[in-house]
Amino acid sequence: MKGVRGLLGWEATLLALVALALLGGGLLSPDFLTGQNLSFLTANFSEVALMVLSMTLLVVVAEIDLSVASMLGLCSAVLGVLFAAGVPMPLAILAAFVTGALAGLFNGLLVTRLGLPSLAVTIGTLALYRGLAYVLLGDRAIAEFPAAYTNFGFGTLPGTLIPIPIALFAVLAALFAVVLHATPFGRSLYAIGANAVAARFAGLQVERVKLRLFVLSGLMSALAGVVYTFRFASARGDNATGFELSVIAAVLLGGVSIFGGRGSVVGAVLAVFLIGLINGALTIVDVSNEILTIVTGLLLIGSVLVPNLLGRFQSFRQRRRRRGDAAVP
Amino acid sequence: MSPSTPLPTPAAPPNVLTRLLRAREFGLVALLALVLFGTAALNPLFLSPGSVRDLLLNVSIIALLVVGQTVVLLMKHVDLSVSSVVGLSAFLTGSLFVANPGLPIPVALLFGLGLGALLGAVNGLLVASGQVPALVATLGTLYVFRGVTYAVVDGRQINASNLPPGFLNFGTGSLLGVPNLVLLVLAVMLVFGVYLGTYRGGREYYALGSNREAAVLAGIDVTRRTLSGFVLSGAIAGVAGVLYLARFGTVDATAGTGLELQVIAAAVVGGVSIGGGVGTLFGAGVGALLLGVMGSALVTLRAPGFYQQAIQGALLLAAISIDILVARRTARRLQMGRKR
Repeated sequence: MKGVRGLLGWEATLLALVALALLGGGLLSPDFLTGQNLSFLTANFSEVALMVLSMTLLVVVAEIDLSVASMLGLCSAVLGVLFAAGVPMPLAILAAFVTGALAGLFNGLLVTRLGLPSLAVTIGTLALYRGLAYVLLGDRAIAEFPAAYTNFGFGTLPGTLIPIPIALFAVLAALFAVVLHATPFGRSLYAIGANAVAARFAGLQVERVKLRLFVLSGLMSALAGVVYTFRFASARGDNATGFELSVIAAVLLGGVSIFGGRGSVVGAVLAVFLIGLINGALTIVDVSNEILTIVTGLLLIGSVLVPNLLGRFQSFRQRRRRRGDAAVP
Repeated sequence: MSPSTPLPTPAAPPNVLTRLLRAREFGLVALLALVLFGTAALNPLFLSPGSVRDLLLNVSIIALLVVGQTVVLLMKHVDLSVSSVVGLSAFLTGSLFVANPGLPIPVALLFGLGLGALLGAVNGLLVASGQVPALVATLGTLYVFRGVTYAVVDGRQINASNLPPGFLNFGTGSLLGVPNLVLLVLAVMLVFGVYLGTYRGGREYYALGSNREAAVLAGIDVTRRTLSGFVLSGAIAGVAGVLYLARFGTVDATAGTGLELQVIAAAVVGGVSIGGGVGTLFGAGVGALLLGVMGSALVTLRAPGFYQQAIQGALLLAAISIDILVARRTARRLQMGRKR
């Protein structure tokens, strides 16, 4: 596992790949590196990016939440239904956040109190929450939102080309990075992920920490749901279906170990940008969606496979060298 | 391959009835009977031959996929790519029929089997030789295989009118009143159920999932066994793709999308543990049937379609919660027995 990852750091590799994607996109099309295009492109992955932050923390403690996209859909549905029923918008948004927190709490309670595997629990709630979103909205779409709010969704910061959701994401990403990498709470997450039993003996409240992370995951999905609803000016039961796979792909590509205890917010954020930029670069030169899907999958596999193979090659060479030394009289 | 020697039985084996009542599958079968007869009592049409036939046809493809998924889950791995394998296999088989309208059905099935085995081997090599965690590897190939399908399909579609009638009849036809697909799936389940339960090779999947180190010490070739499990899962998904085509006739690039979660859900409801080493094909099959019956019961009882997904999710949660509670109670009872 040392290999390239130990020498360069996976984040540095990702950063180089992001630069390469920017450069490659610029070479492919002169329109790629325009502010307008990059602004549009980054806005396009703001929901996935938001959910990646909380997913990173969950995977660091060796849990997973497959229900994030369904929670997004449910919160979006709650927001839409309440607003359509005449509830003032701030209250409807608040209700969406309460819904997200409760959905996350339910996931967390099943995992921490009953001791169920989070993969199984969140496959169940993936169906349950999406189902509840359909129960609320059926196949209706609620689209009549006040301009003040939809401007938040697809507007940019005044005087710049930075999309408001991405500005929001940047602030939150910095916050998450500080919490994970520079606070005792953050360090305790690595301890829990590396060895939950040892962490418990060391006096960490493993269950309580995990419960909070699941609630956080619900809250971030709610935020992503609010952003999604306003960005597309549409609350539908099937909003963001399938996004969970993109979120998990970004987290794993970002170098966060699926077995817990390893990974960084910076890596995950870089991975989101990498996927988004490649996506945008290929789209602008009319490379079809299918190639992009293949590239995403290969990146995901390669991010784990390549360092593994390099590591094995290095240890093979070391062993041969050692054997060679021993053979010399 | 020879049947393994039976495990030493405990000193005082509980009688057959007690063992039957304690079995994980008993609760499931009881629940299944409750839903079946409860719904039939409210609406007798539910158990009419036509609707039972539809129900079985709908369940059969999931039930087939559950076989491969169970093998992989037993090894403490997971195969998320099955839905993409189904899609690719369904479309390529369809294209094959378009090019050769006279293609015999067994050849089509063999083609799906071979294609699926090849795709499964990719997963298996990544996991067994590349040391890529199965969740990452098969999430990656879920994208890659689907991307390949989109590229191959290129916006086209296979319609029932492109397919020979013989093949479509095979998908919807029946033998002695039992649909062909159901017979085929039952045969596969029976063969693999016996193999997993009694043959050395089958037991090795359990051994790998319950204690890897012990399995290595016992001389099990982990790489080969892991590889074979994924090849099996892929091959079965390939066959399922051919059956998907025969059943529905219309296939585009999105065929089978999202099946992976239904399949894992069915296996987990049926008592196959995500933690590896625990579960039976019988249970997994009953799990698939239960989810299918719940779905069609809701339709029969005229529950709005929008409630179905929510109820299926709730059922899955209930099933795994009850399972873990029962397992814990059993463990406590065993511990108490040892102390005495």
